[in-house]
Amino acid sequence: MKGLAVRNHRAFASGALFLAFAIFFFVTALQYPAGTAAKMGPGYFPRLLAIVLAAIGLAVMFGAMKPAADRQVLRAWDLKGLAWITGSVVLFGALLFPLGLVGALFVLIMVSSRASPEFTWTGALTNAAVLIVLCLAVFVYGLGLPLPVWPSLLN
Amino acid sequence: MDLFHNLAIGFATAAQPANLLYAFFGCLLGTLIGVLPGLGPLATIAMLLPITYALQPDAALIMLAGIYYGAQYGGSTTAIVVNLPGESSSVVTTIDGYQMAKQGRAGVALSTAAIGSFFAGCVATLALAALAGPLTATALLFGPKEFFALMILGLILASVLSSGPFIEGIGMVVLGMLLSLVGTDLNSGSQRFAFGIPQLFDGLDFVPLAMGIFGFAEIVKNLEQDDKLSLVTQKITNLFPTRDDFRRMVPAMLRGTTLGTLLGVLPGGGAVLSSFASYTLEKKLSRHPGQFGKGAIEGVAGPESANNAGAQTSFIPLLTLGVPSNVVMALMVGAMNIHNIHPGPEVMTKNPTLFWGLIASMWVGNLMLLILNLPLVGLWVKLLTIPYRYLFPAIMVFCSIGVYSINSGTFEVYEAAVFCVFGYILIKLQLPAAPLLLGLVLGPAIEENFRRAMVLSRGDATVLLTSPISASLLAAAAIAIILIMLPTIRARREEALQE
Repeated sequence: MKGLAVRNHRAFASGALFLAFAIFFFVTALQYPAGTAAKMGPGYFPRLLAIVLAAIGLAVMFGAMKPAADRQVLRAWDLKGLAWITGSVVLFGALLFPLGLVGALFVLIMVSSRASPEFTWTGALTNAAVLIVLCLAVFVYGLGLPLPVWPSLLN
Repeated sequence: MDLFHNLAIGFATAAQPANLLYAFFGCLLGTLIGVLPGLGPLATIAMLLPITYALQPDAALIMLAGIYYGAQYGGSTTAIVVNLPGESSSVVTTIDGYQMAKQGRAGVALSTAAIGSFFAGCVATLALAALAGPLTATALLFGPKEFFALMILGLILASVLSSGPFIEGIGMVVLGMLLSLVGTDLNSGSQRFAFGIPQLFDGLDFVPLAMGIFGFAEIVKNLEQDDKLSLVTQKITNLFPTRDDFRRMVPAMLRGTTLGTLLGVLPGGGAVLSSFASYTLEKKLSRHPGQFGKGAIEGVAGPESANNAGAQTSFIPLLTLGVPSNVVMALMVGAMNIHNIHPGPEVMTKNPTLFWGLIASMWVGNLMLLILNLPLVGLWVKLLTIPYRYLFPAIMVFCSIGVYSINSGTFEVYEAAVFCVFGYILIKLQLPAAPLLLGLVLGPAIEENFRRAMVLSRGDATVLLTSPISASLLAAAAIAIILIMLPTIRARREEALQE
């Protein structure tokens, strides 16, 4: 008997992702009462969906192992770019209250700019200055959104 | 007649100076952002959403609709001038539009797109006004099981029409529905999947999720591809099509508009499908099919009319049935919910000025786009010369402030960061994100209607198949699945969606 080999790595990983989410939701939903079809509890519909998703996940995984499946590999990951971008958003959230909008935007722009292979300090600093002035004009003075502008220590 | 009476109410609302101004700013900002490469209507609407928070609901909706059309038109400009589709509905425009630009006819291509869009917009507005009444009346007859079946049909069709394997699209829909269950269960009041985090009790917010996936993760993806933009640098001088151009573009516009108006109403349809279908049709009907791909004006006029008609008529299922037919409409639901408007048959009956005002402002918006874009083409083209390294931090800034302003809380900012990572995983696995968002938006309504239908039938699931309306809707969904599984159709679909 020929062993099953994963031919389509992309699809296999996608199916595994579906299955993982399905298991997570199913196990968590076990805490909620299911009730009956006529009188569904909060756990009924999530379990139903999780079972459907698990079935889809398994089908996708098996499809990736069929001899007829296309050969596809996973694409290369650029974790550095992802880290700069995601990190800059997290920092914005964390710094908005202690530093105020001006400081948090400065950090957001400088950190996210590092994700570009064409990063230069002067370019990023100029960009930061322009964008901060623009944001203050549009969001704070123009639209009057309730945003903390300066560090909380100064207030 | 009723139709004209209703349109008169609408125009009275839309023509108020303040609303005209909001429509104008919406179109202007939408085009401004939509022109930028890599930003489609979805990201544009998500980014500009915070600007509408402070407005009255009708003004906010009018502005959002303006942003939508502006973004749509901005995408066409990018497609023609730099050969880069700003969004998927202008993919086909790049084929012949860019060729025209290379032959020094960029101005003609841009005005063809503008005129085609305007004409299509006029027809689609009328179609929307005419169909709204009967469809709303039908929707009012629908009970829980009919709504359940209708939404299932919409989701299945949306997955059929999204790129990539069908089964993965369905998987994304189901995953989106599971994510929509996070928060308080309305029937029992108990918390689900919230893990004691109070910010999750109201559910996962749609906007941070969309910004994470379509804003932030897209940026990471764009930064990876370092292909240079091939901007057509020659000055755009002649905007006016010649008499021969007109002779060729008018029939294409008529066909594109008809096709777009019809396909836009279909759940899962809308601008993208319409433009692809129109291009294929023009190529088939043309007496010189060899010119396609080398700057045929029909290849711009048809798809551009079709995508605008489709963009507009895709509001029909949303406003009358409450079912968003594509992901941009799903974002509109999110935007309307912020203003406490819940799309569905009640909007028209309970809030006629808002409903008809929105429809009339669509026409006004199309007119503004025509007036706005032709003189400003030069400015839009200049925007395209801004290097991406300055552009993407600006997108980051707008998205971050926008996410924060939803609830004036940083929790949503972190949520967007999490979905940035998730969106990046989806990009790497080539899983379509649009079905996920549709599932997320429709999930709660599907559960609600399913549970109500089961209560009414005392737990007997066969009622879904014995009621004629829900049975035929589900049968249509089943037929769509069977068709997509047939090998010949599957091959053709892959060809059509990957062109």
